Amino acid sequence: MKITKEEVEYVAHLARLEFSGTETEKFTSQLNDILLYMEKLNQVNTDGVEPLTRAAALSNAFREDRALPSLPHDLSLANAPDRKANSFRVPKVIE
Amino acid sequence: MKLHELTIHELQQKLRSGETTAVDLVESVIGRIDEVEDKTRSYITVLRNSAREEAFRADEEIRQGKGGPLTGIPVALKDIVCTKGVRTTCGSKILHDFIPPYDATVVERLRGAGALFIGKTNMDEFAMGSSTETSYFGVTRNPWDLERIPGGSSGGSATAVAADECIASLGSDTGGSIRQPAALCGVVGMKPTYGRVSRYGLVAFASSLDQIGPFTKDVEDCAIMMNVIAGYDPRESTSVTVDVPDYTGYLTRGVEGRTVGIPKEYFIAGIDHEVESAVRQAIAVLEGLGARCIDISLPHTDYCLAVYYIVAPSEASSNLARYDGVKYGYRSQENRELMEMYKKTRSEGFGAEVKRRIMLGTYALSSGYYDAYYKKASQVRSLIKRDFDEAFKTCDAIVTPTSPTPAFKVGERTDDPLQMYLSDIFTISANLAGIPGISVPCGYTKNGLPIGVQFLASHFEEGKLLQVAHAYEKSSGVKKRRPNL
Repeated sequence: MKITKEEVEYVAHLARLEFSGTETEKFTSQLNDILLYMEKLNQVNTDGVEPLTRAAALSNAFREDRALPSLPHDLSLANAPDRKANSFRVPKVIE
Repeated sequence: MKLHELTIHELQQKLRSGETTAVDLVESVIGRIDEVEDKTRSYITVLRNSAREEAFRADEEIRQGKGGPLTGIPVALKDIVCTKGVRTTCGSKILHDFIPPYDATVVERLRGAGALFIGKTNMDEFAMGSSTETSYFGVTRNPWDLERIPGGSSGGSATAVAADECIASLGSDTGGSIRQPAALCGVVGMKPTYGRVSRYGLVAFASSLDQIGPFTKDVEDCAIMMNVIAGYDPRESTSVTVDVPDYTGYLTRGVEGRTVGIPKEYFIAGIDHEVESAVRQAIAVLEGLGARCIDISLPHTDYCLAVYYIVAPSEASSNLARYDGVKYGYRSQENRELMEMYKKTRSEGFGAEVKRRIMLGTYALSSGYYDAYYKKASQVRSLIKRDFDEAFKTCDAIVTPTSPTPAFKVGERTDDPLQMYLSDIFTISANLAGIPGISVPCGYTKNGLPIGVQFLASHFEEGKLLQVAHAYEKSSGVKKRRPNL
């Protein structure tokens, strides 16, 4: 087994997801199959190979530090599931 | 020929000469949508009213002798491209009512060139899939056989072009999501070089792989669309300042004296024999046109799928963390406490495939596993790119099948994620290496399903790609067919 049911539950928490018992079992078995398939990467010798994390060979893109117009308040809030005045409303965080 | 069946370049002429009007054209396309949409389900949203208004204005511009290369042309957009004031769902419940406050750069560019927008097309949820079966808004069907999938994730953009429900469309390609459905639906689809087309306003899936590109009825239209959408965008930090040539200028240059590489790793056991023979036939056509075809090797091909299914889910797990039910999108009603709200919102809002990939990515990036998965995959990704760099020292373009099989049946692979992932086995490498690729129709199976051939070229060599693709298309001997709907 590459990944256990308990690990799946832990990763689900990290990802802010939750599953029913049967879902967890299905995910555990499918993730196991996929992770077993990934094992084949261990056949490749990557000693001293730099990781490639972006497809374009670019250096950082800089621009002048100049304020540009940004999204107005009302547009920023227009899609909010719950809002109050000029704020997004969420369940109480601090007691 | 009916107006909705024509290409951009044919319509440009008819519109400019006054032989037809943008209003007639848009009515023809809307009529076609009304006729076949209940069979294909290409669209999530059809923009009948605004398209009609835009057509009216387009005719006004044409009368005044103004207008751009796409004036009056009805274009469809994958529902992952943000459109100001028009719902953009990404095929997901979590964005089912999201109305973007701004336009994507490609939308601005298309509008600037005169295009009008006929609708937003269906797609696999968050572009994660190869069959357009994971959309919250239902399954899109292949116009060539309604029992079959159209490919994915940009399935609706492919079927809308194949079924003449628009003249051209845009999709996005993270591991083959333009080229594979183009092949399975018998149209042309291009994934440009990473950085060539701005991703500003494209809902992010895997940011180091995503790229926007066109679906068109032929290669010439692909060049016309690329002329409009390619170019530097200061709002997108991976967008590049490399000059954009006039891509239509490459179309008639031919392939004589050009070298085309045939990678042995792409002609493997398991590939459908009708697909293989159609692609071999395409290679023979190129040779007949004077291209030099040579055998090449891309030794790390076998590892592309494993690398992709670590890199893409890892990036996705990070990108999709933003869907928390606070700023936009769906929020669960059960939300007495913040953590509960996050978990319920995301668990109710995402579908199974999206959750599977978030889980995979979160696991691969989690403490203790990062080196074994993400770092290892990124190192092998380096070697995959190096394979291509080496190959392009000896050839101008590479030819492969686009997909190992023609369109499969709806439901056939939904329970087996690995089997589904194998649909992208020939298209993923281009995204990992950042190079451009195009799929062009190269024949039909005996059951009448389209087959696509893929051409790949080095970074920013879209011109070369269009040159080879156009030369092939003109001499392929593949008769243009239309699906019988």
